[in-house]
Amino acid sequence: MNIDYSQKIPNNVNLAEDKALQRALEHWQPAFLGWWQEMGPEGSHHHDIYLRTAVSVERDGWAQFGYVKMPEYRWGIFLNPGSAERQIGFGDHKGRPAWQEVPGEHRANLRRILVAQGDTEPASVEQQRHLGLTAPSLYDLRNLFQVNVEEGRHLWAMVYLLHRHFGRDGREEAEALLERRSGDPDNPRILGAFNERTPDWLSFFLFTYFTDRDGKFQLCALAESGFDPLARTTQFMLTEEAHHMFVGESGVSRVIQRTCQVMKEHGIEDPARARALGVIDLPTIQRYLNFHFSVTIDLFGSDQSSNAATFYSTGLKGRYEEGKQDDDHVLKDRGYRVLELAGSELREKEVPALLALNERLRDDYIRDSVGGVERWNKVIEKAGLAFRLSVPHKAFNRKIGTFAGVHVSPEGQVVSAAQWASGVAEWLPTDEDRRFVASLMGRVVEPGRFAGWIAPPAIGINRQPVDFAYVRFN
Amino acid sequence: MGDAPSLSDAARMASGDYAVQHLIDPEICIRCNTCEATCPVKAITHDARNYVVDFRVCNGCNACVPPCPTGAIDNWRQVAKAMPFTLDEQLSWDTLPAQAELEVTAGGDFPAEVRALTEIATAGQGGAVAPPWSAAHPYVNLYPIAKPALATVAGNFRLTGDQASADIRHIVLDFGSTAFPVLEGQSIGIVPPGQDAAGRAHHVRLYSIASPRDGERPRYNNLALTVKRVTTDHDGRPARGVASNFLCDRAIGDTVQVVGPYGTSYLMPNHPGSSILMVCTGTGSAPMRAMTERRRRRMALREGGTLMLFFGARSPEELPYFGPLMKLPREFIDVNLAFSRQPGHPKTYVQDLIRSRGADVVRLLRDGNCYVYLCGLKGMEAGVLEAFAAVCAEQGVDWSALGPELLRQSRLHIETY
Repeated sequence: MNIDYSQKIPNNVNLAEDKALQRALEHWQPAFLGWWQEMGPEGSHHHDIYLRTAVSVERDGWAQFGYVKMPEYRWGIFLNPGSAERQIGFGDHKGRPAWQEVPGEHRANLRRILVAQGDTEPASVEQQRHLGLTAPSLYDLRNLFQVNVEEGRHLWAMVYLLHRHFGRDGREEAEALLERRSGDPDNPRILGAFNERTPDWLSFFLFTYFTDRDGKFQLCALAESGFDPLARTTQFMLTEEAHHMFVGESGVSRVIQRTCQVMKEHGIEDPARARALGVIDLPTIQRYLNFHFSVTIDLFGSDQSSNAATFYSTGLKGRYEEGKQDDDHVLKDRGYRVLELAGSELREKEVPALLALNERLRDDYIRDSVGGVERWNKVIEKAGLAFRLSVPHKAFNRKIGTFAGVHVSPEGQVVSAAQWASGVAEWLPTDEDRRFVASLMGRVVEPGRFAGWIAPPAIGINRQPVDFAYVRFN
Repeated sequence: MGDAPSLSDAARMASGDYAVQHLIDPEICIRCNTCEATCPVKAITHDARNYVVDFRVCNGCNACVPPCPTGAIDNWRQVAKAMPFTLDEQLSWDTLPAQAELEVTAGGDFPAEVRALTEIATAGQGGAVAPPWSAAHPYVNLYPIAKPALATVAGNFRLTGDQASADIRHIVLDFGSTAFPVLEGQSIGIVPPGQDAAGRAHHVRLYSIASPRDGERPRYNNLALTVKRVTTDHDGRPARGVASNFLCDRAIGDTVQVVGPYGTSYLMPNHPGSSILMVCTGTGSAPMRAMTERRRRRMALREGGTLMLFFGARSPEELPYFGPLMKLPREFIDVNLAFSRQPGHPKTYVQDLIRSRGADVVRLLRDGNCYVYLCGLKGMEAGVLEAFAAVCAEQGVDWSALGPELLRQSRLHIETY
């Protein structure tokens, strides 16, 4: 079958003129669609969904709304417009022209970065594939599917770079991206958080808030890359990532809003009574938050990493907002303060800044996530309730880095194994919590109606009313 | 004379000189930075707390609106131009402030596009002004875009002759059992169904109501519009008006989504003895017909006051309501029709007729009980105000003082498009 790729794959990379690349993608596309049929959102292939499709990077091109069946979604390839004068902004090559082709000596590292980033995209689609069956409204169902198709597009973005710049190795990696499976013990996804289940919508909202925000920070760091095609690709991906974090932040906020509303209506504060009224009690939300926060900050890697130093010095991956940092952008003689365990105490110590770049990105991330949690607290405050949410200490429940295997409470106290065992039910979601949340999950498909545990959004998508038919079942 | 305030200065004083300020709702915003990254003029900035728009830099291009994932970007507040919300104020917000009560009877949360259209329409008088003191209290924004009212087309016929170039129609909408109270001079918004090329819902279009408050057919909960089928833009290039063509093509029994009503200042006086001086062209006749019809239905009450109308069109065939107008008794309304394209006659515009009726016009302009209304294309506005100035000068009256006085007393109302 001949596919007109210039029609089928919207792009701004002159796909039609690069026959070799076109052939490579011709080969990969059926495999992608096969993966989508098998691992994409369950039971959704015939729905008409009111989706945003990017058809160009121009102002009016990247947010085109209309009803689409997901397997027919036009997954495009877009790079932000480049500048011939762009220079590498950091590391040993600082001030030299940005690379348009992969420098041989950095080839392996770049491929590794692309594969690690690319692997998260299909992984999250796999993690979320059953959620459509329990969506609390058509509005939320549509938002889930929007997130899913855009994760698919981000996979395309990475596969394009692999195909375009890495020859046979790249093609093999692109195929492997469709072969690994989230949670499969034999062939798992690369990063831990992407093998966790996303069993319910509270998990989904916290995942999109916390874990997609990790995506934002990784993409921001890659948007600084000296490898120009990667920088331009990730800059465009960031505009889409914003929607995913919106789904998370507003989703959690609406859950909290509904809980507070029911608590006020009935004049109750007791979590058990809130549950009895069919809403998710605030302490349970806090435990879910603790889990997703701690699992996500593991994604930034070890607190001291020579790989991270290499990626930086070689100009492959910058810091968050590299251009706004007021320093030499080389960091050879700089220090950075990281936490270490000294006996039963946590204390700061200074290490070379280059080695601490993962920690630095993690700290930037934490600052950004705290902002949204404060906005959730505003919802509780507005309802006149005393409860407040908070992010746990960054040493809490870590599996990677200095604190792997160390028991630290959410407040940052090093505790014994026994103390941990007695406290963990207060700190992390229990099986009972998960069962309760799962018991609330039921599908609501009438336009404008919402499940009882979540408030409607303040406004609809693309200025459409909240009761718009965002999904039509066929 | 050089120190006397010009009409526009006085208008600004009277109106407080309002502008629409672009703001971001901090409660809905998720600080994703897409707006700041998109803004072509760097009007958007942020701190650790909020994203904010610099009033002095923002040019209202709306490039930031489609990339915003939340809709937080799409917020607008009417402010006094000299006192917009500063960046520091915006950075300190947890919630967006409510719209301040700037207009005498401002109400409701108006859709941004309605505010923008209103700002354009009332620019000639320097923004919204207060209504006449004896105006009835209007209902506004009862039906927002999220919850439009549904009306049924009860009538749709062509007002202009077969030979006329313009297709202007009289369209009657019936609201059934849905309350839709309006006053003469108010507008309603029509929401055409479907989407534009970018997949967004169509913009609302505003139409002046052409019937009096008790309906085209009294007490049957209906109203009339005067709609010109738009086939060219202001510069004469071919352009198909989405809403006007949608309305003109409706058959009796079809339904239409209606939002509004809108308008809190372009309202008629109601006190006995009040006079009305009306100047209009084309479909600008709609509010004039509404006011005239209100007065006609109350003729038997002998409330007094004069009605004087200057009405311009290309030819009698193109003049909406020409037939009915001609049947109105002279003692009820003083009708002056100006035709600019009548074969065998020199081109005549409304301002020419104002000049020829100078003494009567000035008498009304100076009468504290007379209220003046202009409605039509932007192009007529300057010509009419110049004609007022000229006839005043002839009669030894200083228009540069009288004009601002009219505005201060809410006696001059301009709506042009």
